[in-house]
Amino acid sequence: MHELGVTFYVVRDVKKVAEENGIDRIDFVTLEIGEVSGVINEQLTDCWNWARKKEKVTENTELIIENLEAVSFCECCQREFGTIDYGKTCPYCGGGNTYLLRGNEFNIKEIGVYDNT
Amino acid sequence: MSTVKVIEVHESVFSSNDKTAALLREKLSEQKVFMLNVMSSPGSGKTTLLSKAINMLKDEYKIGVMDVDIESSLDAQKVADATGVPSIQIHNGGLCHIDAEMTEKAIEEFEKVLKDDAKSNSIADFDILFLENIGNLVCPAEFDTGAHRSMMILSVPEGDDKPLKYPLMFSVCDLVVISKTDTMKFFDFNEKRAIENIKRLNPKADILFVSAKTGEGMNEFCEWIRANSTNPRNICKCE
Repeated sequence: MHELGVTFYVVRDVKKVAEENGIDRIDFVTLEIGEVSGVINEQLTDCWNWARKKEKVTENTELIIENLEAVSFCECCQREFGTIDYGKTCPYCGGGNTYLLRGNEFNIKEIGVYDNT
Repeated sequence: MSTVKVIEVHESVFSSNDKTAALLREKLSEQKVFMLNVMSSPGSGKTTLLSKAINMLKDEYKIGVMDVDIESSLDAQKVADATGVPSIQIHNGGLCHIDAEMTEKAIEEFEKVLKDDAKSNSIADFDILFLENIGNLVCPAEFDTGAHRSMMILSVPEGDDKPLKYPLMFSVCDLVVISKTDTMKFFDFNEKRAIENIKRLNPKADILFVSAKTGEGMNEFCEWIRANSTNPRNICKCE
C-alpha cells in the first residue's frame, strides 16, 4: 500500500524530467532505495507496472532498483555500524546518540532512452 | 545499433515535498500558528483524545482542527460536536497519507469555510492547528506535512511490539502517547518494554501514558502541547 503512494511520486517526477528534456518516452528509470527506506522491491515493481500505464511517457518504462546499505554513525565513539543489525544503539559503546548516515534513500538516479537507429 | 541516452536525475522522491513542507512551516510560524501532526493506526482513539485535550485548552488558545480521512465526515463532526471549535474534514482521494501540498490545500479550504461561516478570515487567527492524519502507521511517517511537531498515538490494545513493526513512525515522532491506559489490565501490555522499544528507535521522543476516558495523563499531554506551541517562530525541524 505504501509503495503505491510513492510510485505516483516517481511517475510525476520522471514525467517532469522527460518534459524538461523533450523526451516523449522513457525506456527505463533507475531508483536508489535504501535498506531502511521501508520500501520493498517486489511490491514497488508491482505498483510500478500498474501505475506506469497512467502516463503515456512511462507506459513501457522498465523499473531498475539499486539497493543501498544502511549505515549509522555514533556521536560518542565516532564509529559507523550497520543500522539493520543494531538499530539506533551503538554496538561499540552502547551509546544512543546515533544518526543514520545513509540507507533511507528513495532517489531517482537516472532515466534512460534507447535510441534504436 | 542501439545506443542509450541517460539523463541523470539524482533527486530524492521526497525532496519536492520536503521543500513545500519547509515553506509551509515557515509561513505558519510567521503567522504564529503552531501545527501539530497527529498520527496513529485506525481506532487508536485520536479523535477522542484530541477532543478531550481541546476542551482543556480551548479557553487559553484559539484552536482549529483539520481531519483527514478517505471517506465520511464523521471525525470532524465528532470533534466539532464535542468541543465547539472550528473543524474541517479533508478527503484525500483514497491515498494512504497526506503530504505538504495536500496540507496546504486543506488549509486553503479551511480558510474558505471559515470565511463563509464568518468565523474568521485567516488561519492566522488560530494559535494551534491540529492535523489529524490518516489512520495508518506506515505511509504518513514518510511525508513531512509542514507541521511543527509530529506525535503518534499507540493504544494499549495494539500491543507494546508496534515500535518493532513500524519503526519509521516511531522514529519521526516528537511525542508518543500511549493511550487507553485504562484497558491495561485486560491486555498483555508491558509499559517498560514499550518504552524500551520506542527509546531504542528514537531516544529523543517524549512518551506519555494517557487515558482520555479516566483523564489519566491528560494534564501532562496538555502541558506538552503548551510547552511545544510556545512561539512557533523558534521551532526548527532540523537537529
